Formats: sequence, C-alpha cells, structure tokens
Amino acid sequence: MNILEIVRFAFRGLGTNKLRTALTTLGIAIGVASVIILIAVGNGSSKQIQSSIDRLGTNTITIQANRGGFGRQAASRGASSKPLTVADAVALSDPIKAPDIKQVAPVASATATCTNGSNTSTPGTFNGTWPAWFEASNTSIAKGSYFTNDDVVQGRRVAVIGNTTATDLFGTQSPIGQEIRCGGIPFTVIGTTTVKGSSGFQDGDSLVVAPLTAVQRSLTGYNSLQSIVVEAKSAKVQDFAQTEINTIMDAQHKVKNTSNRDYRTLNQASLLATSSSNSSVFTVLLGVVAAISLLVGGIGITNIMLVTVVERTREIGIRKAIGAPKGAILSQFLIEATILSLVGGGIGVIGGYIGSHFKIIGIQPVIVPASVLLASGVSVLIGLFFGSYPASRAASLRPIEALRHE
Amino acid sequence: MVDPTLESTTQPIIRVAGAVKRYGEGDAAIFALAGVDLTIYPGEYVAIMGPSGSGKSTLMNILGALDNMTKGKYFLDGIEIDSMDENALSIVRGRKIGFIFQSFNLIPRTTALANVELPLAYQGIKKDERRKRALKALDVVGLSERIDHEPTELSGGQQQRVAVARALATRPALLLADEPTGALDSKSTQDLLDLFDQINNAGRTVVVITHEDDVGSRAKRVVRMRDGLIISDTLNKGRVA
Ligand SMILES: Nc1ncnc2c1ncn2[C@@H]1O[C@H](COP(=O)(O)OP(=O)(O)OP(=O)(O)O)[C@@H](O)[C@H]1O
Ligand SMILES: [Mg+2]
Repeated sequence: MNILEIVRFAFRGLGTNKLRTALTTLGIAIGVASVIILIAVGNGSSKQIQSSIDRLGTNTITIQANRGGFGRQAASRGASSKPLTVADAVALSDPIKAPDIKQVAPVASATATCTNGSNTSTPGTFNGTWPAWFEASNTSIAKGSYFTNDDVVQGRRVAVIGNTTATDLFGTQSPIGQEIRCGGIPFTVIGTTTVKGSSGFQDGDSLVVAPLTAVQRSLTGYNSLQSIVVEAKSAKVQDFAQTEINTIMDAQHKVKNTSNRDYRTLNQASLLATSSSNSSVFTVLLGVVAAISLLVGGIGITNIMLVTVVERTREIGIRKAIGAPKGAILSQFLIEATILSLVGGGIGVIGGYIGSHFKIIGIQPVIVPASVLLASGVSVLIGLFFGSYPASRAASLRPIEALRHE
Repeated sequence: MVDPTLESTTQPIIRVAGAVKRYGEGDAAIFALAGVDLTIYPGEYVAIMGPSGSGKSTLMNILGALDNMTKGKYFLDGIEIDSMDENALSIVRGRKIGFIFQSFNLIPRTTALANVELPLAYQGIKKDERRKRALKALDVVGLSERIDHEPTELSGGQQQRVAVARALATRPALLLADEPTGALDSKSTQDLLDLFDQINNAGRTVVVITHEDDVGSRAKRVVRMRDGLIISDTLNKGRVA
C-alpha cells in the first residue's frame, strides 16, 4: 500500500465533512497564532525596555546628594550633609584613584523658562554641565556642535537644545546661531540633540544643556550641584567604578558610617534591568495563556478524531474486511490529524506574522523565531499525539466489531 | 457431503474442525457454534441454510476471518487461520476472500469505481492495472454505465452488484455472501443469482448464507444448521452434473 494512496484517502476523509474540518483547523490556527503573537508582544515590550536602557547608556552612574530631608535617620544622627561640588567631580576624575571611570560630568540643574521673542518653552531638563555629559548620557548632536571645555572655562553662554525645545522656540526654523533667553539670561544656540523620544512621563527632547560655569554664574549659584554623572569605562567594570566612586566620595565627604552617606548613587540601567525581568515574567505569562489555547486546539483535534472514528467505525470495518492492513488504517487517520494540524499550524503562523505587524496595547510585537517553531511543532505533535489515540483504537478494532457498529 | 467430482483432487479451500463460538460467560453463555466441522473444496457452490439464530452468520464471520473462534481449527486454502494476528488476517482476507454482505457495505460518498478499486489499492496494485481490473469487474456485473455513481445514487440491486464487483476484483479463491439477497427484490435477486452461477462456472468457490429456499436451490450443495450445529449436508441433485 502506497503512502500517497493513504494520503489521498486522508484528504478524502477530511473532505467528507468540510465544515468540521474547517472549524478544527481554525481552532489550531488560533492557538498557534496566539502563541506567536502573545510571545511577540512580550518580547516587544522587553525590547522596548532594552532600547531605553541602551538610550540611557548602560555604564553611567548618577551621584545625587542625600539631603537627609526624608531620612529620619540622617537627621537624628545629625550627619552633616555636604552638597555635591565641582571639587567632588574633579576628585572623581583622578585616573589613578579611579582607573575604571572614563569621564565625569557635574550637573547643575536650573528651572527656567526660555523665550525667543514671543515664543516660550520651559525645558523639562535644564543642565549646566561639562562636555563629558553628552557621551555619558548617550546624547548626541543632530545639528551644530557641542560646547567645549574652553566654553566651560570661559563661562560662555552657549546652549545645546533638544528637539522639543527647538520646535517650541523656533518652529521649523533652524535655531543654530540664534539667541534665546532663559530666565532672562541670553544664550546662543550652538547645536541641537538627536531625537530621544520620551521615556515614561519625561520628554527626553525638552532639553537645554549649557556650560556648567555659565549656568552657575547666571542661574543656580556655585554651591549646589544637582548631580554628578559618571561614566564607567565599560559595562563590565561598572561595579569597580561604583566602588571607586564610594571610596573617593566617602573621603571627600568624610563619611564615617557607610550606611549613612550624604550622597547616593543611582544606576538607571539596573533599575530598568529589573523592569526588564518583570517583562520577561510577563512574556512567560502570555506564553502560558497562549499554550493553553494551543492545548484547547489539540483537544479539539482529539475530539474531532474521536467523533470521526466513531462515525466511521463501520467504514473501518469494511476497509478491514476487504484487506486493509492495520498500518494503512492507522496511517490514514494519523495523516488526517497531521494534515489538520499542519494546515491549522500554517494558517496560524501566517496569522501570527500578520498580527505581529500591528501595535498591541502600545507595544510593537517582535516575533521570536523559536516561538514560531515551537508553536507549529507543538501543533503537529498535538495532532499526532491526540490523533493517534482514536486512530489506533480504530485500527485495532476487530472487523466484525466494526461492521456491527451502526 | 462433498461433491465427489471435486473431493480429494486438491486440498480443500475451507477446512473447519470442531469450531465453537461462545458468547458470554457461565450461565449466560450462548453457543452460537457448538462444534462445527466443514470442508469445502475449490469450485464448490455451497448454500448454508437454517432458521434465524442457528449460527449461520457466526460461521460465515469465522470462515471470512472477520471473527475468531472460542475453540477449533480453521485452515483456509491450507493456511492455519486461528493462530494468525489481526494484521496478517487483513492480508489473507484481501487476497483470498471476497465478501458480499446483506447491507452491501460500500464505502459511502465514494464512487462505484473507487469502491471496486479499494481492495486492489490495499494490495498495492498499480493504478493502471487497478483501473483495468475494476472496470472489468464492473463490466461483469453489468454496471459499466454507472462507474461514477456514489452508493446513494444507485438502487439496492445495483449497490449489491458493485459489492460483487468489488469482491471479484481481487480474484479471490472464495466468495462469501451473507444473505446477499436479503435487501433485494425478486428481479434483482434473480440477476444476482445468475451472476453467482456465472462466477461459480468460472471456477470460483461460492459460499452463500441464506434462509430463502429459492436462493438455496441454486447452490450445488446445501448445508443446514440448527442451534449451532450442522444437521444436514447434501448435494443438490438438480444442480450437480
Ligand atoms: N455479538 C453477539 N453477542 C452475543 N450473542 C450473539 C452475538 N452474535 C450472535 N449472537 C448469538 O449467536 C446466535 C447465532 O447468531 P447468528 O447471527 O449466527 O444467527 P443467524 O443464523 O445468522 O441468524 P439470522 O438468520 O437471523 O441472521 C444467536 O443466538 C445470537 O443471539
Ligand atoms: Mg445472520
């Protein structure tokens, strides 16, 4: 008995009840498609988080002052709270004491409304800093140029502005070389940053960056730094850099009790890593939900095969009476089940690919190739596994039992 | 009693010894066959007759290797059947036996031609050869015009003739028919019996189970059963040359 022949019998068997065949195929297709799409959504969300980590720079550490305002501890122990200073930043730049630190940028933050004629814009971030800040914070220039160390030394009032701020103040015109006033102080725009997009509630493009000295002199005064941004030489040595920061800062601030420091270090990348691991839990959950729907599809196949076998018991008896070997009957039903799951799986994969092109709850799904293999593999296995039980039951019937069946 | 012209010239096509078929256990046990011995030689035309419940169908199912015995020995064309597994039995059935059932038992939603080709397909016969033999068998039963019809588009008599064609297509040594005329009118019955004569005259062994006397009278040998036993086995004087 030729296998092609059996495949033909299987197709004919499936053709006998087209509606049922179609519905079963649909069940499998939905199962497979949802596995692919849901896993793609999960993957897409962690990709999104990953890209915001990349945007932040994976090897930056931000130092902020612990003002002790919230910490009862700090207040009660009377720990003297020393603000962050440029001297701290200079100390951190020591290549001997801090070999794993690439560069350091002290940041003074101002709150100021900027104007250009009648246009106004209040940047979400107004930083006075050193040129190192741009690289440490993964901010690059789209047009114009960075300010230089010389600008910092001279305290020149120049500024690099973000896209949102530029649009607010200049519309579609080029802001380069134009003068804006921030908090009444004139700054000359020398560059614009590349679009960052928003992360969370903060618009990364509502931004003004100017030389530290200029901002301190005209807006913030000299004794309060908002933060110091430190860039480690690589993500690998970040932990060493962290230790070096603590050693130097403890000495600078005369910290006696390391559990009660007047500064703290923040590592946004590690914060995001936590949420990225949350998102992989999310992916697993979605995967489980999808797997259940695949299983339901599989039970659908079993059910159909059972019904089919019962309905066709007499036919099986006839086939056996006229010489069909057990193997031929078994293969016919197995092939029917396999065709169902292959076709259903195929449609599901196509559906999954199509579905993944659309944004779902604000997330652009990213297909995980393994999930496609997994889903279609599982659907075929389910077809074979769940199809084989009714099939072998049918094939082992004694012909007389099958023939008596009405 | 065996036709003396056939006896001992060859080995028997059917030899059953001490066949017992019991349904149920203990007090509820029914002996559908209570110890049957039967030998049939190639080329015979045998009618098995008897009242309802006498065990005719049970015997036929055993002769056709569709069912197993509780006890006894069965040789089909010299092959010991009672010790074979189901898979080997399928092959034996396909090659040695052609079945004709009271309820036709054609595969539904399948054309007459495909029905007749089916046993040939299971034997692994090539497509062209299969088609040729199926068309010839359908021609023998006079259904050349109806090869593309599905069972529901055929009359009872026509369906039964498709079944005969299917049984003949494999050129079986033995044709087994259980109440083949049970669902047919008298005209179709006569046509079918003529066909059986023709098949038997061509040298094939025919075993027909029936409780209709006019069907039995066309056979050359009549075996009568009652309560699971053979009570008489006679030659049909008018039919044996
Ligand atoms: N599957 C079964 N289970 C239990 N008893 C059975 C079964 N099949 C047959 N019998 C019993 O075996 C006996 C013989 O049945 P069988 O079908 O061989 O009779 P039959 O001679 O063919 O009768 P009929 O002319 O009515 O077809 C009957 O008493 C029947 O009730
Ligand atoms: Mg009967």
